[in-house]
Amino acid sequence: MTADWELPIAGNADVVMVRQRVRSVAVEVGLSLIDQTKVVTAASELARNALVYAGGGLAKIEVVQNGARQGLRITFSDEGPGIPDIEQALTDGWTTGSGLGLGLSGSRRLVDEFDLISAPGKGTTVTVTKWAR
Amino acid sequence: MTVDADVARRRIEELLRENEAQILHRWTLIAKASGEELTEIYRALLSSLEHGSSDLADLRGLLAELSRARARQGFTPADTSRAVFGLKEALYEVVEGDGGPDAMRGFIWFSRLIDDLGLFTFESYTTARERIILDQAEQLLELSTPVVKLWEGIVAVPLVGTLDSARTQVVMEKLLQTLVDTGAEHAVIDITGVPAVDTQVAQHLLKAVVAARLMGAECVISGIRPQIAHTIVTLGIEFGDIVTKASLADALAYALRRSGIEVIAPRATRIAVRTENV
Repeated sequence: MTADWELPIAGNADVVMVRQRVRSVAVEVGLSLIDQTKVVTAASELARNALVYAGGGLAKIEVVQNGARQGLRITFSDEGPGIPDIEQALTDGWTTGSGLGLGLSGSRRLVDEFDLISAPGKGTTVTVTKWAR
Repeated sequence: MTVDADVARRRIEELLRENEAQILHRWTLIAKASGEELTEIYRALLSSLEHGSSDLADLRGLLAELSRARARQGFTPADTSRAVFGLKEALYEVVEGDGGPDAMRGFIWFSRLIDDLGLFTFESYTTARERIILDQAEQLLELSTPVVKLWEGIVAVPLVGTLDSARTQVVMEKLLQTLVDTGAEHAVIDITGVPAVDTQVAQHLLKAVVAARLMGAECVISGIRPQIAHTIVTLGIEFGDIVTKASLADALAYALRRSGIEVIAPRATRIAVRTENV
C-alpha cells in the first residue's frame, strides 16, 4: 500500500486520531511491537508540539520503500512562530512551555531518521522515518 | 421591501390561506408525515407570515420538535428536511393554477423561506446530536476512572485509553479522595490499558504520584509492558525513585509485603505441586 494520509491537527482529539492512524499504518508496514510503540509515541509528541506551540498543523503519513525495506514516514508541518535556536530546542530538558522538555529530543531518539526545518516566523516542519527491520 | 415584492408576498399568503386543505393534503402525501403535525406547522407559518417574517420563533420551535420526533422514529435529518421542502412542491401546484406573475414572483420568495426552514431542521438535528455526544464524553470520563480497593489499605486505579489533562484531573481527584475516605497507605496506578506513554502522560502520572505522596500514601505504577519500558527509556523520561512494576499482580504483592502482610499458600496446594514434580 502506498496511499498517503493527511490529517489536520486542530485539537486534542486530532492528536489521538494521528496516533491511531500511525499505529494502523505501522502494523501494515510490519514494524515490530516495540517499534510501533516508539513511532506512535514520537508521532504523539510531534503532533502535540504542533498543537501546543503553533496552534495546529498538518500531519502527513506515508509508506516509503528502500530496496526491500518498508518504512513509515510522517511529516508534521505548522505555520507557527518557528524555532529560533534548533540546537537548543533539541536539548534534553529544554522547554518554553510547561512540559518535561523531552518531546522533541526524545522523538529524535525514537525514530531512525529525523529532519527538522524551522525559522522564526516561517513555521516548523518535522519529518520522521521509521524502517521495518 | 419594494412594492412589487410586497404584492407578490401577499399573493402567496392569500393562496396559502385559500387553498389550505388542498395544499396540506398534497404536502402530507409528499412528506409522508402525520397530518396533525404538518397542520400545526402550516398554521404557525401562516400566523408568522401575518406578523412579518422576522417573527419565526414559534415556527422554529415546532420544526425543532418535528426534527426531534422524526429522529426518534429513525428518519435521517435529510428525510426531515426533504419533508419540509415538500411544501414547495405542494404550493407550486396551486401557484401554477393561479398563473399570475405576482404568484410566480412570490413563489421564489417563499421557496427561499422554506429552504431556510428545511436547513433549520437539519441544524437542530445536529445540535441535538452534539449535545448527546458531549454528554456521553462527560459520562465516559466519569465511568472510565474507577478507584478499586484491592486489600485493606491498598487501592488501585486501572487506567484505560488516552490520558489527557482532563482525565488525569478526574483520576487524581478520585484517587486522592479515596485515599482520604479509606485511609489507604498504598496506591497502585495501573497503566496496562494505556496504549502509549508519551511525555505528557508521563508528566501527568508523575504529578499524580507526587500528590498521593503528599497525602502520605505510597504509590506504585504497574502495567509497564516491554515496549512501554523501551519507549520511556528512549524518550529519556526519569521516573526517579517511583516504584514501577510489570504487572498489577507484582504491584499488589509489593504493596502487601510493604504493609507487612504475608500470603501463604494452603498446605494442600503444596502437596499437589510436589506430586507433579516427582
